[in-house]
Amino acid sequence: MKSTNFIDNLPKVYGIYTGGFIGFIILMAIAEQMGMTAKAIGIAFVAFTVFIYALIGWLSRTAQADAYYVAGRQVPTVFNGMATAADWMSGASFVAMAGGIYFKGYGYMALLVGWTGGYVLVASLLAPYLRKFGCYTVPDFIGTRYGGNLARFSAVVVLTVASFTYVTAQINATGTIASVALDIPFQYAVYIGLISILLCSMLGGMRGVTWTQVAQYIVLIIAYLLPVFWISNKMGAGFFPHFMLADEVARIGELESQFGFVKNSAADLATVPKGLAGITKAHSAVNATPWAFISLALAMMMGTASLPHVMMRYFTTPSVKAARKSVGWSLFFIFLLYSSAPMLATLSKLSLIDPNLSTGIIGKSIAEVQAIDWYQNWNQANLMFISDFNGNGTVELNEFFMGGKAVVLATPEIAGLPYVISGLVAAGGMAAAMSTADGLILAIANAISHDVYYKIIDPKAETAKRLVVARVLLVVIGFAGATIAAMEIQGILGSVIWAFDFAMSGLFFPLVLGVWWKRANRQGAIAGMLGGLAAGTWYLVWVRTGGSGFLGITQLTFGIFGSAVSLVAMVVVSLMTQEPDKATQKMVDEVRVPSGKTILGKQ
Amino acid sequence: MSNQEKHWEKSRGLLMITLAIWFVFSIGIFLFGAEMNEVTGPFGYPWTYWFTCQGSLGAFVILIFWFANRQEKIDEEFGFSEREDE
Repeated sequence: MKSTNFIDNLPKVYGIYTGGFIGFIILMAIAEQMGMTAKAIGIAFVAFTVFIYALIGWLSRTAQADAYYVAGRQVPTVFNGMATAADWMSGASFVAMAGGIYFKGYGYMALLVGWTGGYVLVASLLAPYLRKFGCYTVPDFIGTRYGGNLARFSAVVVLTVASFTYVTAQINATGTIASVALDIPFQYAVYIGLISILLCSMLGGMRGVTWTQVAQYIVLIIAYLLPVFWISNKMGAGFFPHFMLADEVARIGELESQFGFVKNSAADLATVPKGLAGITKAHSAVNATPWAFISLALAMMMGTASLPHVMMRYFTTPSVKAARKSVGWSLFFIFLLYSSAPMLATLSKLSLIDPNLSTGIIGKSIAEVQAIDWYQNWNQANLMFISDFNGNGTVELNEFFMGGKAVVLATPEIAGLPYVISGLVAAGGMAAAMSTADGLILAIANAISHDVYYKIIDPKAETAKRLVVARVLLVVIGFAGATIAAMEIQGILGSVIWAFDFAMSGLFFPLVLGVWWKRANRQGAIAGMLGGLAAGTWYLVWVRTGGSGFLGITQLTFGIFGSAVSLVAMVVVSLMTQEPDKATQKMVDEVRVPSGKTILGKQ
Repeated sequence: MSNQEKHWEKSRGLLMITLAIWFVFSIGIFLFGAEMNEVTGPFGYPWTYWFTCQGSLGAFVILIFWFANRQEKIDEEFGFSEREDE
């Protein structure tokens, strides 16, 4: 890939790619009509897309540090936006988010607000300034702004804790999808997922990851939007669902009050397979206290602004100006998917519970529902379950249970869409999980290879040797993540939320104050990073082991406590110790203006 | 006051306005979520529900582009914008 020429041709390259992918979908649709089996279609979709990503990864191979760490700093604004959106939207966003909204309604939608609002903080507080700094990694900024190996190392510790928590969940998600689509056991599927992930990043580093992420975004957004629009039109709910589902939302409310939320006894619930849930909360009513909603949204917003795999995407833009605009494009591309998730949840719920629709199962006899093809398929996959608790022979609202993933995975089939759409959705989920895992593994490996190995252990190392170390670390971290993922310790969504809390506990204030408060110094930053991380971790462990918590801070929002401790520690310690020297203060002044060379470019 | 100090003062002012708007859409609205949800909002959805689904999310997108344009103008005004060849 020759650089300048390639950059100019990007719209054409990805235009052809998108056209090719749509052609592939049509080809599969024709093959389905001609009798291709569902299983073969699933395998074809996942194998074809992963092959394309691997090809892009191979074409992007590089031996230059600048290309490996920051994609040569020449990624155009809009394309960086797409790459960031893919980097950002994980398997959890793709597979689990609509399900969470389906079951928990308003209280859960705090995540939608939190995971988008955080970008305002990224654009206004951090991204342009870190781009001006010209660093390779986030700890690179901390290490240079505050000075000293301990500050740099502390940042690496926080980064590793947060990103590693996150990455196991993503490898888990790739494994789940690969195991369903390829029909192999989860323990092996996890490693197939991992190898696909490493193929994208190992040869080309950030450059390879950037161009595969753009390709993955295109796949995942088509795979998410096409079914939503198709289902909405098929149900007659509206040609453009986002603007036209008000009647459907109102209808769900009507049905909810008609059926009522009957509480099941503990003995009845014990017979429901693990991980499945029933509809127990109103769809569009406000069902959480203001603080419960706001604290979760706030934790996710501050976490967004502290997660290094997102921040480092803005190191790849050609200029400070481009970095700012690029944040806007990132959020626009994320918005396309996030604003569709509640629509999918609405369509899915209505098609299942409305007795007036042919797909509705509430009010039908148990035997009739048990005879439906899709019910049998998803019941077998352990994602759907009905049981006649009250013994009246018909399915009631409180007698129907579903897994969170089923909302995205099963709705196309329930609505009667052809199987080709289900294959497409599997490819989209795979793309979402792979792209996030790639960004995270690269963030950890780069921080350790650049900040620990090159900057602390062996500053004289040659580029070739540095890149070998970076690649070895990439593989080691990937395998460590896959091994933990194969143990299946926690659910996907819980660990994703923890990652945000860890990141904000240790990094939010040291990063923000590094730009916005000249007086912040090394001792303060170290106290802020280590104190915040320790306090957050302590709170999490305390609540998990039966502690009552305080101020309504839960195990999902422990970062609020962690970051508060971090802020206090950082300010107090900074003020108690000497102010930063003249050179550092001058450096901060230069970071604040876009013109001129990057800070690190001068040294 | 030097040119650079003036530039920073203006940038800080823009940050405060941006964060104030951000606060309204990310926190302010949801302080009164239950009350506002009684009212029918855009496209016929309940207000608060609409904001969590689309409204706030869209507002953030617009806010970031607005912020980026304003900051570019400030940089130009004080002669701190990047040259194309950098």
